[in-house]
Amino acid sequence: MNQSARREDIPGWLTHIVVPGFNLLLAFVLSGILIAVIGENPFRALSLLIKGAFIYGDSLGFTLYYTTNFMFTGLAVSIAFHCGLFNIGGEGQAYVSGLGVALVGLYLGHLPVLIVIPLGIMAAALFGGIWGVIPGYLQAKRGSHVVITTIMFNFIAAALMTYLLVEVLIKPGQQSPESREFAPNIWLPYAHDVMNWFGINMLSTPLNLSFIFAIIVSVLTWGLIWHTRWGYEMRTVGQNPTAAVYAGISTSRNIILAMFLSGAVAGGVGINEIMGIHHRLLLDFTSGFGFVGIAVALMGRNHPFGIFLAALLFGVLFQGGTELSFDMPKVNRDMVVVIQGLVILFSGAMESVFRPHIIRLFVRTRTAIAAPAE
Amino acid sequence: MNAAREVPAVPVPPALELRGIEKWFGNVHANTDVSCKIERGTIHGIIGENGAGKSTLMSIVYGYYQADAGEILINGEPADIRGPEVAIAHGIGMVHQHFMLVNTFTVLENVILGVEDDFVLTRSLEKARTELNRLEREYSLEVDPDALIEDLPVGLQQRVEILKALYRGAEILILDEPTSVLTPQEVDQLFRILRALRDQGNTIILITHKLREIMALTDHVTIMRQGAVVGHVETAETSREQLAEMMVGRSVLLRVEKKKAEPGAAVLEVENLHVRDGLNVRRVNGVSFQVREGEILGIAGVAGNGQSELLEALAGIRAVESGRILLRGEDLTRPGAVRTPKSMRQLGLAHVPEERLKMGLVESFLASESGILGHHHEEKYTGRILTRGRAILDDVARQMKAFDVRPPDPSLLTSKFSGGNQQKIVLVREIDPNPDILLVGQPTRGVDIGAIEFIHRRLIEMRDEGKAILLVSVELDEILSLSDRILVMFNGEIVGELPQASATETQLGLMMAGERLPAEAAK
Repeated sequence: MNQSARREDIPGWLTHIVVPGFNLLLAFVLSGILIAVIGENPFRALSLLIKGAFIYGDSLGFTLYYTTNFMFTGLAVSIAFHCGLFNIGGEGQAYVSGLGVALVGLYLGHLPVLIVIPLGIMAAALFGGIWGVIPGYLQAKRGSHVVITTIMFNFIAAALMTYLLVEVLIKPGQQSPESREFAPNIWLPYAHDVMNWFGINMLSTPLNLSFIFAIIVSVLTWGLIWHTRWGYEMRTVGQNPTAAVYAGISTSRNIILAMFLSGAVAGGVGINEIMGIHHRLLLDFTSGFGFVGIAVALMGRNHPFGIFLAALLFGVLFQGGTELSFDMPKVNRDMVVVIQGLVILFSGAMESVFRPHIIRLFVRTRTAIAAPAE
Repeated sequence: MNAAREVPAVPVPPALELRGIEKWFGNVHANTDVSCKIERGTIHGIIGENGAGKSTLMSIVYGYYQADAGEILINGEPADIRGPEVAIAHGIGMVHQHFMLVNTFTVLENVILGVEDDFVLTRSLEKARTELNRLEREYSLEVDPDALIEDLPVGLQQRVEILKALYRGAEILILDEPTSVLTPQEVDQLFRILRALRDQGNTIILITHKLREIMALTDHVTIMRQGAVVGHVETAETSREQLAEMMVGRSVLLRVEKKKAEPGAAVLEVENLHVRDGLNVRRVNGVSFQVREGEILGIAGVAGNGQSELLEALAGIRAVESGRILLRGEDLTRPGAVRTPKSMRQLGLAHVPEERLKMGLVESFLASESGILGHHHEEKYTGRILTRGRAILDDVARQMKAFDVRPPDPSLLTSKFSGGNQQKIVLVREIDPNPDILLVGQPTRGVDIGAIEFIHRRLIEMRDEGKAILLVSVELDEILSLSDRILVMFNGEIVGELPQASATETQLGLMMAGERLPAEAAK
């Protein structure tokens, strides 16, 4: 009996690449079958999806623009998650962050660029953070479950923003509930503008400097979670609150901190959308990015690099899906949502359904290969 | 031992036979080619350290898990046990370590739970009452059928579990670590019941890691190690030492050798302490004692009599309702005094919590991360913003080597270590900063024998260096062999103090059940 040799670990590539890859493949196979059923060629659809996301003229810019939003909301969910909190409120936090940007843009927009842009970013983070920290405080001090309160805060955010846009911030003399346009000082440069400075010609897309900012936030998040004492404390609270108390770590302080940071990072959507693209505050600019962030964080295993990949995947699905519904009349907008749903279902909700089977298959194969050698 | 057993004329197949059982959990081989025969009408012990695969094996027999390979034969017939209901139908009953009873139901209601065989509940209850009376008479298993479970002491709750199994027609009874929550007297009663059951022709399988129980009760023993069977022996033909050696795989010292304590000044003093738990129930009720330099003060008691809350209050985790805690004469409970886990550590008090997985470690952390828990804010581990990754790895690796943690690799996940090695990680983390006072709760629960030996030696060494140690344990053996003085806790109160030299297991057992020490004996 040689059982010690079999107790080796499962290699990381199996759980981090093969398993998610298999789930994704399954989602695509099922989507392919659906597309075949409605009478289109699934392979042509896949090729359209990929071309629509990467190859057609301005498509890459659009894909990365979506990716930026998903990175922010995915990171936001992951920070709370590391502290054991399920922040469903990314949507509301992102929405309110737009208000912060708008206040700076509307009332301080005339300040010099180098002052007003950091001010706008800070306002977005602060407003998003506050929208996260209130449920965090209620959880930490009153025991109100953060899942419930963040959902409620999404509705409150929606109501608040509608009121402000309809009654207060609306540009006088117009019907649509939008603020006036900000002074250009607070506009973030578009990627195509930056490229033009270097003499590279790029089609106009919504992609802007926020993308670089999202990458910086990813790196900062990684450092915070794994290489600072605060990250250590947050993870301890998330993984074992009793051990945290034993170690003298305040659970309530860390819950409040994590929810603030989570909301602040969700505020990146406000930066991308309001400072980067619309340059005015408008209704429903978050359009569900906050909710997709939950799936992105789940799929990305709450690791910034995984979140980047997952955000990119959803960027591809959003952008490529739009192209797909243009080019294939039978694959309409709703069909694209179904495909996105399948990806979320297999990579998120059913993430661990196939994992044990794949691992068992791997172990059996390894044992079978190792056996004759003994 | 078992005088009145009939010798059958024809060879009887074993009550239960296992052939080549294999079980994998992910990449862990929990059972490797386990084969074993359990004869009808015997008490069969299965002994092994934590993680040796005993419980997994019995969970397969009871149908909680399905074996990946191998056969189960009941009375010589192959049985396909796909779930507990199939096991019950085959006459297998199981008494779990943690009872599966509804606390607010009566004994009778619990017994018929899930087997109410009449649409009208009262009729099932009446039927059950008759049957229960018969069982109680036959095996002298007296329990009031109308008592609520929550009013019964633990020993009687366990009887209800046994009755439940018998009521379902069990002829093979599996007991998983049945004595871990009982006082010595309750253990004796349980053993009497089990012997009576055996003598009536039932088969009993006793899972335990306690050698004494095996020697006292069983007819045959199967020894398991690392998921595999390492031997079958007749209890009459073996010894504790031999069993321990087979369990561990090398010879072990069962007794702790130590010289006489030389206690110095009192370091930690507790005066009339009252503590409430999270549900606002008073769990520590007027406790006073002191711990002196160079001694181990043991607190014995059945689990759940306030020891945990006492430890947590002393460690700064739990609030004190009233009373005083003094550290080197300084009152830590006076208004305005800081008394947090962090401040207690800074005052030189270390705490090895009772439940390492619940409190002492974070299983999903790397060993290096678990190894700095509570000390993570110290300057040697963290700068102003970034943690010192290299220094943490080096320091934890050094600590792991010092306590012979295997493997001594701080970059492995905490959950990958065995119970004994996890406990060593906690222990070295707490001992390494050289505290003056050490609070230790259940230092060897779920720890293999080899590590127990090591941990006990280190505690004695600390005592000899002049440290004050407060030991809370439910293992009487451990209390008796380590402590210099013994306090017994019952229902939140200290019912008496005994010097180690004059303490006996019987006397401690009586005190653990709440009996106060007669005044003259305490002198």
